[in-house]
Amino acid sequence: MSDGRLNIAEVRTRLESLRGREYWRSLEELLETEDFREHLHREFRVPIESGVNRRELLTLMGASIALAGLTGCTRQPTERIYPYVKPPEEIVPGEPLQYATAHVHGGYARGIVVESYEGRPTKIEGNALHPGSLGGTDVFAQAFILNMYDPDRSQTLTERGEIRPWSAFLAAVKLALEKEHAGGGAGLCFLTETVTSPTLIRQIQGVQKNLPQAKWISWEPAGRDNVYEGALLAFGERVEPLPAFDKADVILSLEADFLGSGPAMPRAVRDFVSRRKADRMNRLYVVESTPTLTGAKADHRRPLTPAQIEDFAFAVAAAVGAIPSGPPADPFAAAVAADLKAHPGSGLVVAGESQPAALHALAHAINEALGNVGKTVVYTEPAAAGTLDQHAALQGLARDMRDGRVSTLVIVGGNPVFNAPADVDFAAAMKNVELRIHLGLYDDETSRLCHWHVAGAHSLETWSDARALDGTVTILQPLIAPLFNGKSAHEVLAAFSDHPERSGHDIVKDHWRGQLPGADFEAAWRRTLHDGLVESTAYPTKSVSVKSSPLSALSSRLQSEIRNPKSEIALTILFRPDPTVWDGAYANNGWLQELAKPLTKLTWDNAALIAPATAQRLGVETEDVVELAFEGRKVSAPVWVMPGQAEDCVTVHFGNGRTRGGKVANGKGFDAYALRTTSALWSGPGLRVAKTLRRLPLATTQHHWSMEGRALARAVTAEEYRRDPGAVAKMGEHPPGPEDTLYPKLPTGSYAWGLSIDLSACVGCNACVVACQSENNIPVVGKEEVARGRAMQWIRIDRYYKGGLENPETIHQPVTCMHCENAPCEVVCPVNATVHSAEGLNQMIYNRCVGTRYCSNNCPYKVRRFNFFLYSDFTTEILKMSRNPEVTVRSRGVMEKCSYCVQRINRARYAAEKENRPIRDGEIVTACQQACPAQAIVFGNIDDPESRVSKAKAEKRDYGLLVELGTRPRTTYLAQLTNPSPALPSVAAPGEEGHGA
Amino acid sequence: MSDTPREPRSGEPPATRSSAILAPGYTFTTLTDKLASIVLSRRTPKAWFFGAAVGFALTMVLLGALGYLLVKGIGIWGVNEPVGWGFEIVNFVWWIGIGHAGTLISAILLLLRQPWRSSINRFAEAMTIFAVACASLYPAFHTGRPWLDYWLLPYPNTMGMWPNFRSPLIWDVFAVSTYATVSLLFWYVGMIPDLATLRDRAKKLWARLLYGTLAMGWRGSARHWHRYETASLLLAGLATPLVVSVHTVVSFDFAAGIVPGWHATIFPPYFVAGAIYAGFAMVLTLAIPLRKMYGLEDFITLKHLDNMAKILLATGLIVGYGYMVEAFMAFYSGNPYERFMMWNRMHGPYKNMYWVLLFCNLVAPQALWFRQVRRSIPALFCMAMIVNVGMWLERYVIVVVSLSRDFLPSSWGMYKGTIFDWATFIGSIGLFIALLFLFIRLLPMISIFEMRAILPEAKVREAEE
Repeated sequence: MSDGRLNIAEVRTRLESLRGREYWRSLEELLETEDFREHLHREFRVPIESGVNRRELLTLMGASIALAGLTGCTRQPTERIYPYVKPPEEIVPGEPLQYATAHVHGGYARGIVVESYEGRPTKIEGNALHPGSLGGTDVFAQAFILNMYDPDRSQTLTERGEIRPWSAFLAAVKLALEKEHAGGGAGLCFLTETVTSPTLIRQIQGVQKNLPQAKWISWEPAGRDNVYEGALLAFGERVEPLPAFDKADVILSLEADFLGSGPAMPRAVRDFVSRRKADRMNRLYVVESTPTLTGAKADHRRPLTPAQIEDFAFAVAAAVGAIPSGPPADPFAAAVAADLKAHPGSGLVVAGESQPAALHALAHAINEALGNVGKTVVYTEPAAAGTLDQHAALQGLARDMRDGRVSTLVIVGGNPVFNAPADVDFAAAMKNVELRIHLGLYDDETSRLCHWHVAGAHSLETWSDARALDGTVTILQPLIAPLFNGKSAHEVLAAFSDHPERSGHDIVKDHWRGQLPGADFEAAWRRTLHDGLVESTAYPTKSVSVKSSPLSALSSRLQSEIRNPKSEIALTILFRPDPTVWDGAYANNGWLQELAKPLTKLTWDNAALIAPATAQRLGVETEDVVELAFEGRKVSAPVWVMPGQAEDCVTVHFGNGRTRGGKVANGKGFDAYALRTTSALWSGPGLRVAKTLRRLPLATTQHHWSMEGRALARAVTAEEYRRDPGAVAKMGEHPPGPEDTLYPKLPTGSYAWGLSIDLSACVGCNACVVACQSENNIPVVGKEEVARGRAMQWIRIDRYYKGGLENPETIHQPVTCMHCENAPCEVVCPVNATVHSAEGLNQMIYNRCVGTRYCSNNCPYKVRRFNFFLYSDFTTEILKMSRNPEVTVRSRGVMEKCSYCVQRINRARYAAEKENRPIRDGEIVTACQQACPAQAIVFGNIDDPESRVSKAKAEKRDYGLLVELGTRPRTTYLAQLTNPSPALPSVAAPGEEGHGA
Repeated sequence: MSDTPREPRSGEPPATRSSAILAPGYTFTTLTDKLASIVLSRRTPKAWFFGAAVGFALTMVLLGALGYLLVKGIGIWGVNEPVGWGFEIVNFVWWIGIGHAGTLISAILLLLRQPWRSSINRFAEAMTIFAVACASLYPAFHTGRPWLDYWLLPYPNTMGMWPNFRSPLIWDVFAVSTYATVSLLFWYVGMIPDLATLRDRAKKLWARLLYGTLAMGWRGSARHWHRYETASLLLAGLATPLVVSVHTVVSFDFAAGIVPGWHATIFPPYFVAGAIYAGFAMVLTLAIPLRKMYGLEDFITLKHLDNMAKILLATGLIVGYGYMVEAFMAFYSGNPYERFMMWNRMHGPYKNMYWVLLFCNLVAPQALWFRQVRRSIPALFCMAMIVNVGMWLERYVIVVVSLSRDFLPSSWGMYKGTIFDWATFIGSIGLFIALLFLFIRLLPMISIFEMRAILPEAKVREAEE
């Protein structure tokens, strides 16, 4: 073989001589040629052929066993991967699908679109087609998804704590029904929350048809009783007023927080903000006892006690001629009245749910007197069914229960033991009921006192339907099979019907059979589900007119009362739903508990809000614990000194103070329901405040309230802006030019991403904060960590005050990573864990980060967030399902921050590249942008002069935050425009700056 | 011990023989005997056991605190948003500053031919090394994921990543590691002749083996001495720029940032002066009890203390100048953030710290103008302690107070060290004490051969030549 060529024949013979499984590596080896041996020697320089002796073998074996053992030190989790045997239609692994459904809040539907990855819903967005949202959402809709994945939800049907099958429940219901039949159902009572579901209404009515004496009562703690009673007073019938904020030039809000809460909040915000443009500015007057987001947005705001608001409303009504006579108008009321009068047909007066019926009636009267009806406000039938005077009905029910007239109580949703007014004493009354059934998501305060507890299905798990405030119906479709085998209200109600075992799907679908437009029901059904609403189900407007007699009676009664503002009963208590956990239904939602309440920036607690002057008089300060005594009941609460609060008014938010709400909710805050009575549902005089020696540390995300004279959140009057468009730019320091840098120019990519935030539009509602938390798998850290300044949200709403403590101007400014072109964070990172992309993104590479925190120190905007501990929950199985699979779940010791939703950018990029086209403007919608009901946030390519973001940035009121540092932020702001009345002095005295607590 | 040389003092109290850098009456033999006996034959004083026990106990506290940190995460400390650096960086800078005196004494004073340095340079250098060891604990453990700290080193890796050479933290890695290496070499090389002396005098086998190994075959030949002199001069030459560079680079951690209160051009010289200031304060803090404990008043005389007090006064004035320039520039710049920063230091929530720091570093040391104060041992010790506290507060004010209120008032927040911050700080002092006590028990804390060189005997021979 010395010639180096192979002899194939020799190879063959050698192969034949081998037996068994002897492997050969090459033909040369097989032949054991001299060349091969030499090659081996060259390569390895060891006597290959010498064979392994016994010692060596043992050594090697020992070593490999030891090494094998080493690999065993890290235990790999067992994971099973199941491939689809039959791939379901439409599902492409990794590609999310979107389904339209609705979020039902306080009984009313707001359209949502839910993103689902391989059957796991992960993110809620607004449904642009839905009239109640127009694509925007509020915090509750955004956080709603976390409730579904809540590991504290009740997991099974129980009877007195014992697990029971569904059939046992059906049997129990059957037995009860047989008993009730004798009395025609007189002992049977259904207690629901506010219900707008046509299917459920028909189901309950169906039961009532069989058992005519059966009662149905609804109770919603933050309900709309006053609205309907006001309408009854004014018009003689209960109608729903639907204000059109986009049509009004002058708006007067009598503590109507239409920008902060309410059944049509996203829609109201959108409509209102559409009139905050330089060329089409509306003017908003707000009188309120406790600061609200609407008050924060007002051009003129007055903090007034409830009694003063009444006086004010009567004065305005008299001044515009809506009522024959009223109290004399002070200059403010006179100016408001004059402004309303000057805009007949384009003015609007709205009264809040918390205001007494009389004020609603007055608002209707003023609107009618000024010809606003039909233009800025229309009236329709109320979407809610059942009892509309809920508190009276609930009182009646409690009376009946105490008297033993109720033998079967079916609580369909809701938590009356916790949230009924204290004087109703629902828990005690309920004990007289023979059979108590509760359907709910949680094993809560009410279910503890019930015989049967039916684990409820979350509304993302069930079929249902609901109406928006204007009557538009949405069919709710499930995104996932019930995680804990929960049952829907429809299925529980079916148990009381002749077909007890029908599925929710069949019940809802059968209800709509024949009711949907179009000849082909299946097609119409599919279209309805796809669109997320049933076409033309909005109620037609109703023509109503104000009956003057009750108003005159009210007015004269008012004038006969001698009002003494400094009466003996010094303090008034105000009850309001919590801005983040609402009536308590969201109390176990970590995102909402940790969400800074829009005006106090308080997390994880509620507090008694007291005006600075009142606090001074009482000798209390923030975090002091006081004992609130109201109508013989006492509750301890921490004080929060609230700038802009009406004097002598103490606001308490109900919803916290849960005792059986779940691991997150329990023990957070105090229970304000314990003071709430049916006579003082929203406010009442006679509160006594006693100081205790205790203090309760409160966790807030913003400690300082003043801008310290820095031009951070800028505002100009619309008039000033029209006169001098450069006014906004002049407010700040002069920024260095793009060439004033020592660093070489960064390479540019195909796109230059940028964001614009319109402060004129932003109402500070927090929806973006929760949307970001949901989209980007941001962990919840808990009260102690928030108190230590370690909240993790990537976007925050800075709230600044300007002017005196008594009635400051409030401005909100959402702050997130600015994606600076000269980013101070990038220079200082020692390991290159934060770097710039060619498209202008300041990118954070989690797995490269060692956690020196230098980047955060050097960030002038302080938008970087650090995982000081292992904040993300890596152990709770069900929470793993809730996460966005496109975003890394960050571990301990790693910095994180806003990425401009880079996963969404990339998804759009894939789609564009597949179609070989550039990414279109508007194709990428960041999570914050999508959630914003005000459309204050615009994202896009700033290299394209035609993009929406470029156009926004081209406005003269565009400015960058701290640009004087030379950071060249890609996120810029549009200064807030205000439209104060020339007839009134500016709210804030010039040069007066409030310092924070 | 029995063979202690007779105290060669005259009847006068030491204070009166104040200008000498060595008490009279020593010969080569008595001096060597006395200094070597500390390690080899004298009974260990009770105070040593006490000090070492305290040091080791506190070191256990340090280990506990750091162990818990590794288990739970950096969150056990008080750092937050906006104050991303707290005690750990304050302590880092403080310790690094303390380390400066050693190198300064051994390198710069060697080059300047200051013979009085001989009696204090050895333990000042040891102090440097231990202080740098304590200092480097902090940046190593303060990261969110300390096990990945090696990513800060430039080494070829499969990720194909270099560290970010623009980051001052990378400069820190180089500056501190170079400084530690050179200081350690300088210290060790300078000790070789003494180690040989100990080897020769040791009676126990283990001691002979230990010192013999460490002495690296030193026989005291002319050739050895020649090599030694060359090496120590070279190392002194290397170490001298390091004295300036290390704290300059440490100051870049701040000066290269944009935080008001950090971003100042005065920082490098101001930090270096501060470091020397702190370092001499610490040398005094250690020298005063040690000379008492081991009866070394003859070697570390009032002249030494007086000289060090003068340096303290001089550097203190430079530091004071730094404070004034900082304040002046803040107002003169017209930059509203800088102005606010200064206003906030003086009137903000941490104002007490600022005023106490000014008292400690600027006002109190003015007493050193007076000879009586410089020569009063209790007064000097108090002064050194005041400066130690003042310099710690200075770093606290720079690091924490600047971060707590920067650009956006919405993000302002307060910082407070937790029990773990304190445990780590006190633990690191414990580690320092423990190392120091091991050092004075096992190694000659005063350079024997250099002390011999300043004896009259050595001088005489010089004259004869």
